[in-house]
Amino acid sequence: MKRRDFIQYTGLGAGALMMPSLLLGNDIPAEALLNPGMDIAIKKRMADVALNTAKSLGATYADARIGRYLNQYVFTREDKVQNVVNTESFGIGIRVIVNGTWGFASTNSVTEDGIKKATDQAVAIAKANSKFQKEEVKLAPVKSHGEVSWKTPIKKDFKDVPVSEKVDLLLSANAAALENGANYVNSGLFMVNEQKYFASTDGSYIDQDVHRIWPTFTVTAIDKGTGKFKSRQAMSAPMGMGYEYMDGLASEKLKGPEGLNLYRGSYDIIEDATIAAKQAKQRLTAKSVEAGKYDLVLEPNHLGLTIHESVGHPLELDRVLGYEANYAGTSFATLDKWKTKNFKYGSDIVNLVADKTQVGSLGAVGYDDEGVKTKKWDLVRNGVLTNYQAIRDQVHMIDQKESHGCCYSQSWNDVQFQRMPNVSLEPGKEKYSIDDMIKDVEKGIYIAGRGSYSIDQQRYNFQFGGTVFFEIKNGKIVGMLDDVAYQSNTQEFWNSCAKICDKDDYRMFGSFFDGKGQPSQVSAVSHGSSTTRFNGVNVINTGRKI
Amino acid sequence: MAIYSKEEAKQIMEKALSFSTADACEVNLSGSESGNIRYARNTVSTAGHRSNQTLVVQSNFGKKSGTATIDEFDDESLKKVVKRAEELAKLSPENPEFMAPLGPQTYDKSITYKEATAKVSPEYRAEVANSSIEPAAAKDVTAAGFFNDSAGFSAMMNSSGLFAYNQFTDASFTVTMRSNDGTGSGWVTRDYNDISKFDAVEASNVAINKAVMSKEAKAIEPGKYTVILEPAASVGLLGNMAFAFNARTADEGRSFMSKEGGGTKMGEKIVDERVNIWSDPLNPEVPTGTWNGSGQPLKKTSWIENGAVKNLAYSRYWAEKKGVDPVPFPNGFIMQGGDASLEDLIKGTKKGILVTRLWYIRTVDPQTLLYTGLTRDGTFYIENGKIKYPVKNFRFNESPIIMLNNLETLGKQVRIDGNLVPYMKIRDFTFTSLSDAV
Repeated sequence: MKRRDFIQYTGLGAGALMMPSLLLGNDIPAEALLNPGMDIAIKKRMADVALNTAKSLGATYADARIGRYLNQYVFTREDKVQNVVNTESFGIGIRVIVNGTWGFASTNSVTEDGIKKATDQAVAIAKANSKFQKEEVKLAPVKSHGEVSWKTPIKKDFKDVPVSEKVDLLLSANAAALENGANYVNSGLFMVNEQKYFASTDGSYIDQDVHRIWPTFTVTAIDKGTGKFKSRQAMSAPMGMGYEYMDGLASEKLKGPEGLNLYRGSYDIIEDATIAAKQAKQRLTAKSVEAGKYDLVLEPNHLGLTIHESVGHPLELDRVLGYEANYAGTSFATLDKWKTKNFKYGSDIVNLVADKTQVGSLGAVGYDDEGVKTKKWDLVRNGVLTNYQAIRDQVHMIDQKESHGCCYSQSWNDVQFQRMPNVSLEPGKEKYSIDDMIKDVEKGIYIAGRGSYSIDQQRYNFQFGGTVFFEIKNGKIVGMLDDVAYQSNTQEFWNSCAKICDKDDYRMFGSFFDGKGQPSQVSAVSHGSSTTRFNGVNVINTGRKI
Repeated sequence: MAIYSKEEAKQIMEKALSFSTADACEVNLSGSESGNIRYARNTVSTAGHRSNQTLVVQSNFGKKSGTATIDEFDDESLKKVVKRAEELAKLSPENPEFMAPLGPQTYDKSITYKEATAKVSPEYRAEVANSSIEPAAAKDVTAAGFFNDSAGFSAMMNSSGLFAYNQFTDASFTVTMRSNDGTGSGWVTRDYNDISKFDAVEASNVAINKAVMSKEAKAIEPGKYTVILEPAASVGLLGNMAFAFNARTADEGRSFMSKEGGGTKMGEKIVDERVNIWSDPLNPEVPTGTWNGSGQPLKKTSWIENGAVKNLAYSRYWAEKKGVDPVPFPNGFIMQGGDASLEDLIKGTKKGILVTRLWYIRTVDPQTLLYTGLTRDGTFYIENGKIKYPVKNFRFNESPIIMLNNLETLGKQVRIDGNLVPYMKIRDFTFTSLSDAV
């Protein structure tokens, strides 16, 4: 499904970073999601068929990924269910190194014969490509983990929750929005379970059960007289959690300014839809921003996208080296800057960490898709660029000996490669709340939620919008603003970072659809932060007449 | 073998329908073979081949419908998939917008299949990569590119007697060329149904020349400039505009096509009167299929005529509700061009900017169709009819509606991403900031 088809279909609008072929897999009844799938002993035997065949054909390394990908999506608008989709995709992907060159093939025939054929094909591709290969693949060593397993620590499996309950919840949220002044509302619930079995010639057999959930909506308010329409998106985040995220626990709510509620590890969709309807209406008459320099107070569900684009992407080593030059682009954060050991990415209080272990995050797994145990590492410490994101065949290029454990493939039938781990901004160390921060700002704008986003191919110049904007004057919020977007340069922006709220305000933003590679693959990733202040950022007015 | 002939496809689908016990059943069968090669740092990085075949069955009982999919077509599999679709239909909530399958239709014969493209081999793909890499290396430039070719078919049939079949081929190519000193970058894209029209050497050289020409760009102040937009630069904005020609969102009051006080802009002049945009599945340069996924015939349709809105797309549901004929979305668009070549446009420009492409285009305001994004891979300053020097990239904030109202000159048409788009000279195009990106 093309991104446009998807958006048209769901009416969700600007929901994702890059919307891919989302509905992977074959449609199945909801009950079939509960089928346990292939027994682990058989998976091991099948994986060994691939590894042994590869070795017998001259591979110096091989790995096999048996994947079962279960998805459930529910789409509604106003008082109607538009669609309920259940899909399943099952197969095996085999990757080999022959003559120092990668080869990959996959099949949905997970039988001895099917696997042997696919392994033959992977070896043949490696051999054919080795004629053009100029640099031999060098893999950083990984210790054998033996037979291990990992599971997202969920409390409620979405597969155990009846579809009717999910439909009712979305329709209740829609009703709440309509009662509070919305003209239209589209809502959706996306639930994903990746059951992944990995085996490699290094001696690891890893069974993982990964869960993700994303509730979202777009509420639209219309003023027929003026012909104006404004929308307000959900303040939820996609999470690496089970259906318990939908519980709406009071303990996980935070009070934002002007009646805005913000959510941490539990989301109240009905309450958020109620507030959204009121805010969408409020936007219809909000003051149009006066362009100029403002101190920005950025809420985590907004700042996450800025972190994603201006920190996550430029520090992907394959981009830095030019492998993505024809698609996503390259990076300003070049190796020579990193090698100086004093490249000031941000101000002294800026600490950005990569983390594949953070509980509740979309990127959290026990082991990556090439059998490396996941970890947390620094990208920027005290404002200085310290490291990149790299996998087994890349770390030697930055004189490191250990993979960072951030290799991922969207499916059994796509080859795994380096993908962005969760990249997050550490909270401030001193006690400091959103209220404290607003009090300290003379002329500023508080921005919450995601909006329009665009950045250049080397990640210097960016422009971001948001979901809601509030004007700050002399330490107080004085009203809602509209037509706001800020433009800056990555290094300048992060060096203008003046203050970060403490850990009590820390929350995660996330995306299901970070796109990279040709053919393109998606990956899910979270970005945590506390509300953060950036001084003197250029704000433009985006209001135009046509 | 994922490409079935008309007769083979018909047999499979008839068999599937014969197992249906639902009120109505519709099946879509498709298959394709595609190959690709990717290269970067002047060496091949990956190559792949994909074979796909899918049968999608949609069954309905009243307004309850269910869909199931399968990739094996023996009798047992067909029985299984039809049964599954029926089970899903029975379990699903009623969709008040469900439309019963269409009856038999008449379609034009499409011209989307070219044998030469279906015969592209791994060796051909390797040669494409080589056509970029060798001349790049000779000019101190590094190539990163992607070539993909595919051949396939799609077919549909339903219990009301509709049958449709089409074969197609596609090939697409992009390459980014970066000068080894890191200060210049060029890019090119090509796409065809007929691979025999593709010249990888010629295309690669366009990108190499841009990389060399764009080295050591100068910074000039952002602001409003006269621009010459190459088709690759305007296609993104035009495509977004075309996609917004949706009657339902316009009627609902949440589109740039909605009017103050209610209603839509149908019939109103919204852009310069020289702007004409239409779709035509039988255009030999940019042919598309002659029917869509719900079996509606696709015909030549005018969307903007002499600057005025001629048609909005109506889904079958929305058309019925509004008492009008459905107007399906097209698969590509054609914008009328003029006689001027790129050289002519440059010659006639006193002061302006030549833009190779726009990138990372995102909606800023759906009310005005305002988009932001950046220039990339070759941006040049023009003075007194000549390219003077390369300039640093700009961020723009602009609406295609404003852009087409500020039309100065239409140039020749070029195929781009399945559309025909002319070179265009536009005044007062809004650049809002500078980017250091190369």
